[in-house]
Amino acid sequence: MWRRAGMIGIALYCLVPFYWMVVSSFRRTADIHDKSPLPAPWSLESYEAVFAEGMGFGRSLVNSLVVAGTTTAVTLLVGTMAAYALARLVFRGKNVILALVIAVSMFPGALLIVPLLKLFTTIGWINTYQAMIVPSMSFALPLTIWNLTTFFRQLPYELEQAAMIDGCTAFAAFRRVMLPLAAPGVFTTAILAFIATWNEFIIAVTMVNDQSRQTATVRIAQFTGAAKFDTPFGTQMAAGVLVTIPLVLLVLFFQRRIVAGLTAGALK
Amino acid sequence: MLSPTMVVLALVVFYPLVAAMRESFYESGQRLDADGFVVEGEWFAGLANYAGVVEQRFLNAALNTTLFTVVTVALEVVLGMAMALVMRRAFRGRAVLRASILIPWAVPTAVAGLMWKWIFQADGVANTLLGTDILWTADGPWAKLAVIVADTWKTAPFVGLLVLAGLQIIPSSVYEAAKVDGSTPWQTFWRITLPLVKPALLVAVLFRLMDALRIFDLPYVLVGPRKQSVETLSGLIWDEATRVHYGPASAYGTALFCYIAMITFVFVKLLGADLLSDVRSRGKEARDVA
Repeated sequence: MWRRAGMIGIALYCLVPFYWMVVSSFRRTADIHDKSPLPAPWSLESYEAVFAEGMGFGRSLVNSLVVAGTTTAVTLLVGTMAAYALARLVFRGKNVILALVIAVSMFPGALLIVPLLKLFTTIGWINTYQAMIVPSMSFALPLTIWNLTTFFRQLPYELEQAAMIDGCTAFAAFRRVMLPLAAPGVFTTAILAFIATWNEFIIAVTMVNDQSRQTATVRIAQFTGAAKFDTPFGTQMAAGVLVTIPLVLLVLFFQRRIVAGLTAGALK
Repeated sequence: MLSPTMVVLALVVFYPLVAAMRESFYESGQRLDADGFVVEGEWFAGLANYAGVVEQRFLNAALNTTLFTVVTVALEVVLGMAMALVMRRAFRGRAVLRASILIPWAVPTAVAGLMWKWIFQADGVANTLLGTDILWTADGPWAKLAVIVADTWKTAPFVGLLVLAGLQIIPSSVYEAAKVDGSTPWQTFWRITLPLVKPALLVAVLFRLMDALRIFDLPYVLVGPRKQSVETLSGLIWDEATRVHYGPASAYGTALFCYIAMITFVFVKLLGADLLSDVRSRGKEARDVA
């Protein structure tokens, strides 16, 4: 009985605020302040407003996709190699590097943006994708390395030895044997890195002030002043739902993997 | 194989770190040279940029950051622990529970900020349910509470997941033994569950501490930038940087970095969350294998 109550309590705690956002996004602007548990009548008015000309919301979704996608891809490419080296190869200073990778995740984004803002202003990178992609790697890369190192360590070393006996070079053993085996781990890490970058805010809000290059998280935070309705809350809720949908889908399909990935670095 | 990583980290982490520390001792702009000409450039300013550290705005931001960190992390530990204890016993409906607990974690912080701003509107659902007329999102003491509620909502489930993972590796035989010895549930929790889950809990707290100390987007979206009652250190640094006050921004950034490093160091020392020794022992395993 208590157990059931506790479970319902947790589900309500997690879902009710989110539910309120979804419900509000389906109300008409006229009855946005209604407190009824379901919208009456249902309306797509807010969603139409989000994609209205001049809001730049569709564009910002594309920007988010480009930034998060590229960051994830580059991070995986670089991070997989590093994680494999850290998990398998023996060399001096390895522990220092692992410790550094952990320490890097401690750095406040606010400290990094100051010199990077100055640097990017000098080289003309303000309002470009790379001004968001490159700094985003400062948190995506440690996350990737940390997760994948844990994952590679769980694979038996004999696999590569067997491959090398069969005539593979060390690199071929990595590429042909280990990488396919590590695919689930790489995939999980990709999801985590993608979500982290998609949700990134401080870098995106600093490096870009041109509306057509803003990512979705920044764009919706700035809806307030630009709207032509008296309160843009309906629009904001609709935009919030749209920004969150890709992540909710990822969570629904890959929840088991995400939980495993989130807790892997913390336990071992 | 490590070199690409090193290059990236050098560019996006170590270069900014060093540059920020250097910048924090320099001042840039225009001044008159010895002949009375206006020259532009930057020059050594000593600790001038750090002067703001003892001023009201910085201290207020430091206080807000500390308050948010202490209160939210404490709440998250209690709530996360409770969630983990419930979820460990959950068998039916576990998948649904796990999916729903991931929702607050997955919602982007900026969206969570907007969502709570809407809930906390003057004529919003929070005031209706509570029967109050509080201006939650206006600059003032209630705004602090709004930020705390929103942050706790978003991150307590994450703590719960990490703690749950820690709970699941406690062997059930320990609990059976406790039961045989006649331990009450309360004793079981304090004497068995808590000590055994401590490592996982400490790691979760450490993650959250480092994250909470640099909180930026939630107060920015929920209440607004440059709002005294919720301005955090990251918010202050961002504001100075976007107004091209690079010197003070770097000085405050360096101060925040030192603050986080200090807290982490004290935490690791005091509570023995020995992350680095773990790295060392794992390195040893790898060597043994090789």
